[in-house]
Amino acid sequence: MATNEVTVRIGGEAGMGLESSGAGFAKALTGGGLYAFGLPDYYSRIRGGHNFFSIRVSPEPLISHAEPVHLVLALDAETVRRHTDAVVPGGAVVYDEGNGLPEDLERSEAEERGVSFFPIPLTELAEEKGGRAIMRNTVAFGVAAGLMGFDPAYLDRVIRDNFAPKGEKVVDANLRVLEAGVEASREFEEAFPFKMEAVPDAPRRMILNGNEAFAMGALAGGCRFVATYPMTPGSPVLHWFAAHADEYGAVIKHTESEIAAINMAIGAGFQGARAMCPTSGGGFSLMVEALGLAGITEVPVVIYNAQRPGPATGLPTRTEQADLLFMMHASQGEFPRCVLAPGTVEASFRVGWQAFNLAERYQTPTLVMSDHYLAAAYRTVEMDALDFDAVEIDRGELLTKEELDNLEEPYRRYRVTESGVSPRATPGHSNAVWVSTANEHDEFGAVSEDAGNRTAQADKRMRKMEGLRDEVDGPNGWPPALYGPEEADVTFVCWGSTYMPVQEAVDRLNGSQAGRANMLHFTALHPFPSEAEAALERAQRTIVIEGNATGQLETLIRARTGLSVDGSMRKYDGRAFSPEYIVANLDEEV
Amino acid sequence: MVSLKDFHSKTLPTWCKGCGNFAILSAIKMALAERDIAPHEILFVTGVGCGSKLPHYMRSTGFHTLHGRTLAVATGARLANHDLPVMAVHGDGDSFNEGMNHFVQTVRRNVNLVDVVQDNRIYGLTKGQYSPTSEKGKRTPTSPQGSIERPVNPPALAMTLGATFVSRGYSGELQHLAWLIGQALEHPGYALVDVMQPCVTWNRSYAYAFYNDRVYKLQDEEGYDAKDRGAAWEKAQEWGERIPIGIIYQDTSVPSYEEQVPALETGPLVKQPLKTLTAEQVGALRAEITGGRPIPRSEEENRRITEPSRATKAAPPGQPQWPEERGEADPE
Repeated sequence: MATNEVTVRIGGEAGMGLESSGAGFAKALTGGGLYAFGLPDYYSRIRGGHNFFSIRVSPEPLISHAEPVHLVLALDAETVRRHTDAVVPGGAVVYDEGNGLPEDLERSEAEERGVSFFPIPLTELAEEKGGRAIMRNTVAFGVAAGLMGFDPAYLDRVIRDNFAPKGEKVVDANLRVLEAGVEASREFEEAFPFKMEAVPDAPRRMILNGNEAFAMGALAGGCRFVATYPMTPGSPVLHWFAAHADEYGAVIKHTESEIAAINMAIGAGFQGARAMCPTSGGGFSLMVEALGLAGITEVPVVIYNAQRPGPATGLPTRTEQADLLFMMHASQGEFPRCVLAPGTVEASFRVGWQAFNLAERYQTPTLVMSDHYLAAAYRTVEMDALDFDAVEIDRGELLTKEELDNLEEPYRRYRVTESGVSPRATPGHSNAVWVSTANEHDEFGAVSEDAGNRTAQADKRMRKMEGLRDEVDGPNGWPPALYGPEEADVTFVCWGSTYMPVQEAVDRLNGSQAGRANMLHFTALHPFPSEAEAALERAQRTIVIEGNATGQLETLIRARTGLSVDGSMRKYDGRAFSPEYIVANLDEEV
Repeated sequence: MVSLKDFHSKTLPTWCKGCGNFAILSAIKMALAERDIAPHEILFVTGVGCGSKLPHYMRSTGFHTLHGRTLAVATGARLANHDLPVMAVHGDGDSFNEGMNHFVQTVRRNVNLVDVVQDNRIYGLTKGQYSPTSEKGKRTPTSPQGSIERPVNPPALAMTLGATFVSRGYSGELQHLAWLIGQALEHPGYALVDVMQPCVTWNRSYAYAFYNDRVYKLQDEEGYDAKDRGAAWEKAQEWGERIPIGIIYQDTSVPSYEEQVPALETGPLVKQPLKTLTAEQVGALRAEITGGRPIPRSEEENRRITEPSRATKAAPPGQPQWPEERGEADPE
């Protein structure tokens, strides 16, 4: 029986190397000419903790994860207990023969559904062939490759790449246990119907997650100063930059707090560096006062918030989209800002470099919103998916040394202009001697409490929103993106990472009935794209799908367009929307 | 030649008559003029408080930031452009209450900047509340029964954090203060200048008369050696009948933070050309995330893997030399 997709789920305790091996397996599948979507999932600690990593694979491009599981690789009994129910008929659970099956498992019930249980001595093989139990994950992926009929030579390559820094012995041991896993699968090969052979002549492809895509975009866009305090799920951006800092000449600062991080980034931005702070919502909360400092002193800075469910510590390793209105309004007073929420790795890359141009052109903070789902999920994309050729570095009205040499009048850092953007100098030129201040100030930067001046400066700053709106609406901007047929019974309205499962839900719905659904996705949320109103009015029936409890995009749509929507689908259980969830909930609503 | 006139500003200070900040302002100008440092050749970073408005009252390049965040902004400014000297100027509340964490971290990092603390042992701008350097028992609007907290001792605290330049100045000794700020400017690392500064409006108990009777200069102390950590520790504690001013401790052997950042070895960050990535760099980035093709194993590798007992020679560290070079994965 051939199917066009398989989802493999490996589960076990924290410390069993699930994410690294899962990402490695997804990379091997990508090398084998297939498309993978790898999603880490971490339960909060229950009896030593339970983590799992799901890898969906297909010869066709994948945009999302999916709920059905074809093969569970259970490194511990808890995985069998928790994930057997997710296995589709014909699917299998590979369990560690040494552990046996949990006593409370309804085995016969599962077997009646057509689920098989394959006992394989995962730990024993790891210890015997590799010398260490930790290599049981490699055994398990060897078993998976064998069962699926996927050429293990691709895993071989990934193991050799990944373990090379640890030395030849570690590489050899892992290769040995991989072979042992493949060998052990032979006994069950025929009992597992879901095959996924490599496509050796497929073009080469890349696999990455949203954090990596954003970091690469930021680097390509000239970001050379990254300051933050570690916070899941944003900190991998700092790790990525730290690993590339020396090669690309970037300054990385793991600071004492997020408060220090943003103030350092503002100090660096004031001097003329392209600076950013990657964080999550809690870290952003600490940055709020300084956000206003950047706003009133007109210093470019980029903040990246990979959201997780709050409030406070919330669900630290899970996903949510509940910081939208907070980020739009954070900090006292009013000042311009841009809020962008990419929906895919491709968009994360593009927003990554564009954010720095916007921050410098408008001399104000640019806020990028991701979330755990997009930030951490690995997805196979084509080699040209990250469009490096499109990258431009535009520093806006930054005065050159020559322009400053020829400046005849005293420098007015906050000159009132039509665009609201005042030509910007960086410190160190004898013709540009000024003080920037967090107080309200006049055109020269001097503290001023004059009423007329206050209005003039506030108006000047807020006029930058008009330029930002033109950017959002413009050819390189982010108008609301329509996916699917122009005309559809239902239009799913969404923002940020929800793009992924909604796109697949749209495809599935139209696959069963043409014209059933389309998607209107927002990347730019502030300023709100001008086309939004017309696009929403064209829709027959609108359902806003977002990962929060209060309907933040829905609120924004009403505030900006005066339109109300026809329905909503909200989720705030810490888990991402899946295509199945969306389709099922739509049916329920109808 | 830079002269005092070059620092003249039209903006008049809003400080009270007799405020210690006037002397600090003058001392800074004197130190800069003496070293020929023009207004565009140094960046002032200040926080919030009466004294943090100082850059507005002289012709200067400055960033007047948030309360308590002075040293964080100053650190970012240094990391982005370490060719431009930075002088932080802020009060005791900014330094040791709202900004205490940044003080601790900046000192231990040895960021190369001058940190002038306008230490009047009281809150001025918010009208007379007790500060982190106010004495225990201080009666103020927020401590009507007397403050319960013991004060911070800035020089001693800096020393425990490994500060490489610890000094104390006094607004009543202008020439000495100018000299001290000059010494701090020349120090190749973090330099604390804790300035005892009378607040004539809100803190009458620490008026000029109090300090004038007690202050003495360390340079006049025979045999005092600021490199002697033990002696410096004792001087840092001295407070009462005699109060020392001058350089309490100095160690020039510790490299600054900026000197140790690999990315800054070739020059300041803001002076590096800001360009899009080269084709080679793009190729390398893509190669990191590209799914690899299988590489046939050599006979020797096969032997090693299938016969684990066979003695193997240690492999050279680092990545193996695949036939594919980095960047090969770049699409046609």
